[in-house]
Amino acid sequence: MKMSQSKHRNTWLTLGMLVIIALGIFWAQTKCDPFVLRIMNVAAIYVILGVSLNLISGFTGQFSLGHAGFMAIGAYVSALLYMSPQVKAVNFFIKPLIWPLSVIQMPFFPALLIGGIVTGIAGFLVGTPCLRVRGDYLAIVTFGFSEIIRVLFCNLQRITNGPLGLKGLPVFTNLWWSWGFMVFTVFFIKRLVDSSYGRALKSIRDNESAAMAMGINLSYHKVLSFVVGAFFAGIAGGLLGSLLMTVDPNSFNVFLTYQIVLIVLLGGMGSITGSVIMGIAIAVSMELLRVVESPMNIFGLHIPGIPGMRMLLFAVILMFVVLFFRTGLLGEREFSWDGLFAFTGRIKEKLSSKGGQEA
Amino acid sequence: MTLTFFMQNLMNGIALGFIFALIAIGYTMVYGVVKLVNFAHGDIFMMATFFVYFSITLFGLPWYLAFMAGIILTIILGVVVERFAYRPLRTAPRISSLCSAIGMSFLLENLAVVVFGGRQKSFYRPDFFSRTFTVAGVRVLTVTLVTIGISLLALLVLNYLLYRRKIGLGMRALSRDFDTARLMGINVDQTITFTFAIGSGLAAIGAILWALRYPQIWPFMGVFPGWRAFTAAIIGGIGSIRGAMVGGLLIGIITIMVVALLPSLAGIKDIFIFMILVAVLLFKPDGLFGEE
Amino acid sequence: MSLLVVDTITKRFGGLTAVSEFSLTIEEGELVGLIGPNGAGKTTCFNMITRTYLPTSGSIRFQDVEITEKKTHEVTALGVARTFQNIRLFHRQSVFDNVRVGFHLRLKSNVLSAVFGLPGYRGEAAEIDRRAEELLKTVGLWEFRNELSGSLPYGHQRKLEIVRALATQPKLLLLDEPAAGMNPEESSELMVFIRRLQKEFGLTILLIEHDMKVVMGICERLSVLDHGLTIARGTPEEIQNNTQVIEAYLGTGEHNA
Repeated sequence: MKMSQSKHRNTWLTLGMLVIIALGIFWAQTKCDPFVLRIMNVAAIYVILGVSLNLISGFTGQFSLGHAGFMAIGAYVSALLYMSPQVKAVNFFIKPLIWPLSVIQMPFFPALLIGGIVTGIAGFLVGTPCLRVRGDYLAIVTFGFSEIIRVLFCNLQRITNGPLGLKGLPVFTNLWWSWGFMVFTVFFIKRLVDSSYGRALKSIRDNESAAMAMGINLSYHKVLSFVVGAFFAGIAGGLLGSLLMTVDPNSFNVFLTYQIVLIVLLGGMGSITGSVIMGIAIAVSMELLRVVESPMNIFGLHIPGIPGMRMLLFAVILMFVVLFFRTGLLGEREFSWDGLFAFTGRIKEKLSSKGGQEA
Repeated sequence: MTLTFFMQNLMNGIALGFIFALIAIGYTMVYGVVKLVNFAHGDIFMMATFFVYFSITLFGLPWYLAFMAGIILTIILGVVVERFAYRPLRTAPRISSLCSAIGMSFLLENLAVVVFGGRQKSFYRPDFFSRTFTVAGVRVLTVTLVTIGISLLALLVLNYLLYRRKIGLGMRALSRDFDTARLMGINVDQTITFTFAIGSGLAAIGAILWALRYPQIWPFMGVFPGWRAFTAAIIGGIGSIRGAMVGGLLIGIITIMVVALLPSLAGIKDIFIFMILVAVLLFKPDGLFGEE
Repeated sequence: MSLLVVDTITKRFGGLTAVSEFSLTIEEGELVGLIGPNGAGKTTCFNMITRTYLPTSGSIRFQDVEITEKKTHEVTALGVARTFQNIRLFHRQSVFDNVRVGFHLRLKSNVLSAVFGLPGYRGEAAEIDRRAEELLKTVGLWEFRNELSGSLPYGHQRKLEIVRALATQPKLLLLDEPAAGMNPEESSELMVFIRRLQKEFGLTILLIEHDMKVVMGICERLSVLDHGLTIARGTPEEIQNNTQVIEAYLGTGEHNA
């Protein structure tokens, strides 16, 4: 049958693509300089963040401004688990870390997973009260939760080391981890969204009352999107902490959330492909734009660096998108192998018909 | 704890409360009329202080003219923001307007960083405001009295505009029932512009009073007063001006009192605001006075 | 045991009484109509049965189970489905997906099983696809399956909404003014369609309409509401000649049967 033939083809194509990515990572990990590697890692992490927020906001229609808070939880939990007792002692010099955290140490992978799971639980705790609120109020409540988490982490000296944060973290994050998790995240969320559960989530977004009438349990599904979204945000937080070698509570602020919101908006609320592309694009631009903040020499003119220009440009882009490209780059369209073949097929047709006309 | 200590802090709390009330009214009026949470309001507050600052330092205006200039420029800013960032999205889904407000806030903050520089600057405080009185053993800064006085005056003017002028009628009508009011011939664009103008003007007054008390100004100074004032508006019942006033005073007094009576909690005081905000939104979203 | 027993339900919104002491018993297999001029409270009754609203007083039993206080999705799971007066399709999803969503409530596989494509889920998903295809073919919408539901012509959207409700495998189907916005020809076509569905799927149907002519042909029994009060009950012939009913309609200028 034709349908299963194309399904097989698609599966092989996807596997092939994964192999190419793996080869690419292998090559990059050995050949590229640290600056490029860092950007690639950050790009993967941003994709995880964008796709996970898209699940909550784009697919389920729950406009959440709390993603930075989830990242913070993941970052702290995993760091506190994979840091060695010696590094912990060095960090917690004002007040010692509580037992048993002070003596625990585990490998990176389980630490990350536990970080993600704890964040997932936080997603449950945040998502449940949020069932009562909608729209603007939901955005504000989730933002409130995120800020509460941030300030809390800034003050729990005995657990998080307060405003000093955690420093000297071992660098575990490399392209294999970050891109590996990115692929897993995209796979997981894509499969979720394409499944019956995904349809239920989208129905909630499209029309809550109709969804209820079709027997969909709103509470269960809304919380589900929060839990899954939070889980992956926690993983991203853990990866970022190890990449930067620090966890600074004040870095999980509203700007970070804005950036992720920008990824989702620009890519299209409801397009995983869009979030992937934009996650990479924004990570890359954020790094490259640092250029405008340092002094430049253009045509012999010395232009002094303008601090804050990077963020300003981002703000301008955000406004531009909001005002003129409301559906983002891809709207709700997704990449698919079938779509690609259909597209190239149409181009072939156009080219051959043109040739016929000329002759 | 002596009575003097208590009264001292109460006075400060009330003064601060009035400032929050002025800002909160801006949030509540805008929400009432266009059903939008103007996330950029706190940043308009911030811009006001910089407008005054540069009027004095760059253009050498005397302080009373600088204050005027600051207020006028802020009103213009508020109107421009509405015109270009909010009006085009009036028919779009709510999420777009929300994103626009957030984006505007982001933009103003970073614009300030780039144009004004990220470091704190010192707001000019004319000597007049630094003098102190002593009333029944309580030391009162002139600033405090002026704050209370000016705020009350502003509120009286607002009351007059809302209840005795046609434009105020328009605002109240749109607040109650947008579509019907529009069909009844209320000039929607003009009324909304006016709403933003008043809100920004009040925020500017609040900003000046704030900066006279706390003379450090910097691009992100609007964030916390903004959230405090917003919480005040929610507690009072978003859409209700009376509620914004009461909410503002409450938050002002609580803010000062918590620091005065429980100094050990000073570091966490910032969360209190968010906890109150979240709690109110979850359990009593209509606040004290509901929608007016 | 009657399928649905509505026992003197009343709905008050503050000072306004939208529905006053409405009662209705429906047996399995019937096609009953609820009519009345606009604003009579018909949709409010539906909303109480499907638990969008909580009745101020009274009780509702479905298959002898008390559903007055249940949540909407629980009521649907028990076998009561509905359509809406203003079509509420999932406009950003395809026709096929709209119908498939209707099957979600009966899904047994959990989320992880769905994500990782475990055999249990795969079987259920294939079953859903098969049945959705069947449903769509029954009503002639299969060719549109990949179109966005919001892009279909009005009449097709109406049919789709009904079919989506059927996907939840209801025993009782509540149709809220399904012929709204249609000309007389389309209306009678739709009524024939509904009759056919009833026979094919063994449904019991409660229908709201405010145009009497539409219901005359197919309803076995009618209840008439006006300003929240039940003013008449009986067969279509009896109702047609009921002076109170005629006045209620004439009074609001609705009578165009």
